[in-house]
Amino acid sequence: MKPAPFDYVRADSVEEAVSVLAEHGDEARVLAGGQSLMPMLNMRLVRPEVLVDIGGLPELAHIEDEGDTVAVGAAVTQGDLADWPELGTALPVVAAALPHVGHFQTRNRGTVCGSICHADPSSELPLCLALLGGEVELHSAHGVRTVPADEFQRGVLTTAKEPDELAVRARLPKAQDGERFAFLEFQHRHGDFAVVAVAAKRSGDSVSLAVGGVADRPEVCRWDTLPGDAVEDALNDLAWTLGGGDDIHATARHRRQLVRHLGKRAIDATAADGAGA
Amino acid sequence: MPLHGARPVGYLRARLSPPAKSLMPDFAIPEQVRPEDSHVGRRQPRIEDRSLLRGEGGFVDDVPVKKGTLHAAFVRSPHAHAEIVAIDASAALAMPGVFAVVTGTDMAAETDPMIVGFENPIDYYGLAVDKVRYVGEPVVAVAATDRYRAEDAADLIKVTYNVLPATVDPVAACAPDAPILHPRSDSNCVSKRHFVHGDPDTAFAEAERTTDLTIRYPRNSITPMETYAVVAEASSETGGFDVLSNFQGPFSVHTVMALALRIRTAALRHRSPKNSGGSFGSKLVIFPYIVVLCVLARKARRPVKWIEDRLEHLSASSVAPNRVTKVEAAYRSDGTVTGLRLTHWDDHGAYLRAPMPAPIYRMHGVSTNGYFIRHLEVTNHIVMTNKCPTGAVRGFGGPQLYFAVERMMQRVAVLTGQDPLAVIRRNLIAADQFPYKAIAGSLLDSGDYRRTVDEAVEQGDLAALKKRRDAARAEGRLYGIGYAACVEPSQSNMGYISTVKTGLERERAGPKDGAVASVTVSVDALGSVNVIGDSVPQGQGHQTALAQIVADRLGLTPDDVVVALDTDTAKDGWSIAAGNYSCRFAPASASAAHQAATRVREKMARIAAANLNVPVAEVEFTDGKIHAANNPDNAIPFYRIGGLAHWSPSSLPDDVEPGIRETAMWNAPELTPTTAKDEINTSLAYGFGFDFCGVEVDPATGVVTVDQYVSAHDCGTILNPGLAEGQIRGSWASAYGATFLEEFRYEDDGTFRSGTFAEYLVPTAAELPEIRLVHPTPHPSPYTRLGAKGIAEGNQYTTPVCVANAVADALGVEDIELPLKPARVLAWMEADEPPPSAAVAPDGEAGEPGRPTIDGSGEMQVPAPPQQVWAMLLDPERMARIVPGCERLEAAGDNSFTGAVVLGAGPVRGRFEARIDLTDLEAPRRARLVGAADGPLGSSRGSGEFELVAQDGGTLVRYRYAVELSGKVAAVGGRMVRGAARQLIDRFLRSLIREAGGNAEPEAAGGLSGRLKRLVGGRA
Repeated sequence: MKPAPFDYVRADSVEEAVSVLAEHGDEARVLAGGQSLMPMLNMRLVRPEVLVDIGGLPELAHIEDEGDTVAVGAAVTQGDLADWPELGTALPVVAAALPHVGHFQTRNRGTVCGSICHADPSSELPLCLALLGGEVELHSAHGVRTVPADEFQRGVLTTAKEPDELAVRARLPKAQDGERFAFLEFQHRHGDFAVVAVAAKRSGDSVSLAVGGVADRPEVCRWDTLPGDAVEDALNDLAWTLGGGDDIHATARHRRQLVRHLGKRAIDATAADGAGA
Repeated sequence: MPLHGARPVGYLRARLSPPAKSLMPDFAIPEQVRPEDSHVGRRQPRIEDRSLLRGEGGFVDDVPVKKGTLHAAFVRSPHAHAEIVAIDASAALAMPGVFAVVTGTDMAAETDPMIVGFENPIDYYGLAVDKVRYVGEPVVAVAATDRYRAEDAADLIKVTYNVLPATVDPVAACAPDAPILHPRSDSNCVSKRHFVHGDPDTAFAEAERTTDLTIRYPRNSITPMETYAVVAEASSETGGFDVLSNFQGPFSVHTVMALALRIRTAALRHRSPKNSGGSFGSKLVIFPYIVVLCVLARKARRPVKWIEDRLEHLSASSVAPNRVTKVEAAYRSDGTVTGLRLTHWDDHGAYLRAPMPAPIYRMHGVSTNGYFIRHLEVTNHIVMTNKCPTGAVRGFGGPQLYFAVERMMQRVAVLTGQDPLAVIRRNLIAADQFPYKAIAGSLLDSGDYRRTVDEAVEQGDLAALKKRRDAARAEGRLYGIGYAACVEPSQSNMGYISTVKTGLERERAGPKDGAVASVTVSVDALGSVNVIGDSVPQGQGHQTALAQIVADRLGLTPDDVVVALDTDTAKDGWSIAAGNYSCRFAPASASAAHQAATRVREKMARIAAANLNVPVAEVEFTDGKIHAANNPDNAIPFYRIGGLAHWSPSSLPDDVEPGIRETAMWNAPELTPTTAKDEINTSLAYGFGFDFCGVEVDPATGVVTVDQYVSAHDCGTILNPGLAEGQIRGSWASAYGATFLEEFRYEDDGTFRSGTFAEYLVPTAAELPEIRLVHPTPHPSPYTRLGAKGIAEGNQYTTPVCVANAVADALGVEDIELPLKPARVLAWMEADEPPPSAAVAPDGEAGEPGRPTIDGSGEMQVPAPPQQVWAMLLDPERMARIVPGCERLEAAGDNSFTGAVVLGAGPVRGRFEARIDLTDLEAPRRARLVGAADGPLGSSRGSGEFELVAQDGGTLVRYRYAVELSGKVAAVGGRMVRGAARQLIDRFLRSLIREAGGNAEPEAAGGLSGRLKRLVGGRA
């Protein structure tokens, strides 16, 4: 479990990081907290020629309240975000999800954007990004572009980020008055990747449910109206549509059951008289 | 428990504020100091912790090595079963810093096969020779200046395989048509023995009732924090080797290594360091690696060091055998069991390594557990399959046996309409029957099993638990209570393994029995006491317990005694039983320490008697003084007598040798060889454990939650209640893992799935429920010096089956299989799943458990006529453009292509050498593809079919594929390989469309978003 040889560049600026990416493209990988990348390097599942370390860049270490959104810089750790005093009011679903992201030791290193870019189908933060309809800001030598969540994560470990692009920040829409959220997940041990994770949002009559751990990426289903007596049927169809397979942690049938069960609990929790999650 | 959504919001801030109350449980086992002792029985804090808690332990990796020491890495098999066609290490050997490469061919030339305790058809050399037989099997060892280079070199070694069919189920592997692992045998069942004790045929024929049950016990282990570690160096002086490793014993295996290396045993000098980071049995079968490292070091002409990494440990170190057991009981309608039949298929994986197949024979003498059952039939199949070979794991054959026996006791209770507790009590051996000779040979030394049960029921408050159950059931909740009893053997008889042989074979080989333990106590010129011993601790606290025992004998305190338990076979007193396994310490090492310290005491008493002018019999040792029993003022300091033996030999009584150093080689006469009737007293001392628990099953999720768990263990004299309690709590934790989480998973084709701790789930403190310990009245062993018995394995025996019995009670089901993964439990509840509404077509890609295959099917419109698409697919140049990641593709004969492709998902990519054959061609309509790809990430075999249908001026491509993946990615990426394969197929097809001139923008996640939108749209 030792990595194959690679060059290491500790970037002093976003510009430098982007120029290294422009030079090496697909042969370069960005290192921030390293909580996913380092094990993959050590197992030689990933063999980049160059590692660009952006973890120490002060310009990326900010959480900014932008009014309607919160911008989380690429060097902000999951622990930093969990400790942000405004989190509970600005991003209540993220506040509920973060304790499930690994363990606090890994949250002290792992970054929010790193988790989003790693694009594990079971990860909690991409799930939140998907539910909230957030976006990822990508910088490259060609300029800056912003990709909405639905277009960003494309499948297993795969995103719309081009090899020469650096994810500089993720933007998460803040909770608006009257919006209610819930987050629930099923895992065999605390801190494991979710077998199934759900995040729900209710805004007026509309209900959104994001489901992770089943399809190849978190998927969001939005109902313009979802009366209480329609929830179970809707979730059952959702469970069958999402599919999901058998692996060593669960069966497809168990996953469907968890989508129905957790989905119901999460949606109920967002009802005005619900207890919240 | 596993459902963590309901955590209170306060959890978020938990790391900032201290917990409301101490998480440390109250100690359950009281101190109990016997009149003849002052330290044994006390909760003496662990001496070991003074260094361990400061990070000052001394593990193999802390020991400095010689300048120039090399580091080893292994090339390992990605296949469960394959012929080795060729090994090309030339590129690795040409790499700077690489000193030597050793293959199986070298091992077969330079070493002898490692022997096992009976004649068998297996040639085992530590590296694969001619064939690989499990995923992760070491194939080539390479030594380089550092581990990074060694792994780089290993990557450059090209092994060509011819893949063979594999067999993984122990019963199926015995079938005549199963693939054979070892060519010298015509069956994978390499040993079958049939035992009849008493008259089971009559017992079953005359039984009021009989029933049977088949259980499948899973494959698991207990994973130590520190993995295997070896430093080996060839010795020119002796022609042998000097080895430092964390080998745990038994040292009988030292002879196995020396014989394999073709050297005198004395020329294999093995040292173990001060500390070992846990073992739980696993560090027994480090020995094949020691042999390989010795050969590698000799070839490299330098010392070679190897620290096993976690991937290596989980795939290829040591596991407990999984087992299938058919258990049959003859019983009366009152629940009395009169006869038992056990048919075991014990799955030992690809090779037998000494002392395998020991676990099944270690428990043979107690096949009837703690029950008065006088008619027994046992059939043992020892089976080879394409899985990691087995070794010792805490519990050593007990969990598998007791799962069968105790599940049967619960079944008998259900079938006779009785309380399971009543059935257990009725069948237990009575107090006045001890010492009790079990029908298969174990001499159960002491106990009052019914009293232990009664004390557990009383102190553990079973009455309250029953009320909780009744209240839960009244609310319609699924709640059950389970019980389990176990006899806990300790200090293994080295002779029991011979029970695998027939009586005739045993006669030819000569007797084997006993279990010699060695401890040396010395007193130096200033009266300091030093203790060394052969117990090879792995964290249990042996230093502390030995200091307590020796201090009591010599009238000192534990702090006056320095205990050093690193070992050196060239200098220490040791015999073949040396090591740390099967609860050997409390009966054996403690007795040896007691005996050695008693000899020191006797010698010092004789020297002191002459100085005190009293008879030897009247000399006593108290508080650092040696004095006359009836006149404490007539005393001389302990150190003076110690000093005299060194400073003035002439002052010693005539028949007293100078110096003070006594080595005890302690054995117990009760450990006799297997009899002609195959009876064997498998262990010296037998404790008793009894547990009960209440569990609740969540019908919505399948989660089983332990509501309460009560555990009672009678282990005779307790040397140190803190150490004993640590063992019980530790055993509970690992048994909880075995019950709920831990399993090494293999697919039907031998693909290994549990390569990291994200797949092989070990419980953490967060998962463990509190356990309520009951301390029952102890019944000391009459056969050990201090009356102590082992305590380290009890919950391995009881917990899995106690919880299983509770789940059986909650759900009213018969077949309970571990681990209790919620998906499995959900299936037992047989609730009908709601079907999807008509608007929703189920995803066709869900696999089936046990099938290694990633399969799928679909269709796609390509904007070119079938003839043109057909031509593209058969043109290597165009295919090279279409196949994602294709670096090179060339025709290799008619309709065959070879090439190199880079495949993966996201950043996870590997270069694969690929071969594709097109068969069953019907131009331009359909064809079948068969392909194989091999690379450092693993190995893949697949097949597919496509059909081209002219449609709308273009072609509708219909396709089906099935891919099997083995090796590294399959072992560590199980959650994602299906999605990754889908992604690759999708990329290929879109690339095909573009090559045909079409426009195929990739759609995220295989078009699921569209289906989801339709789902909601249909509803709105």
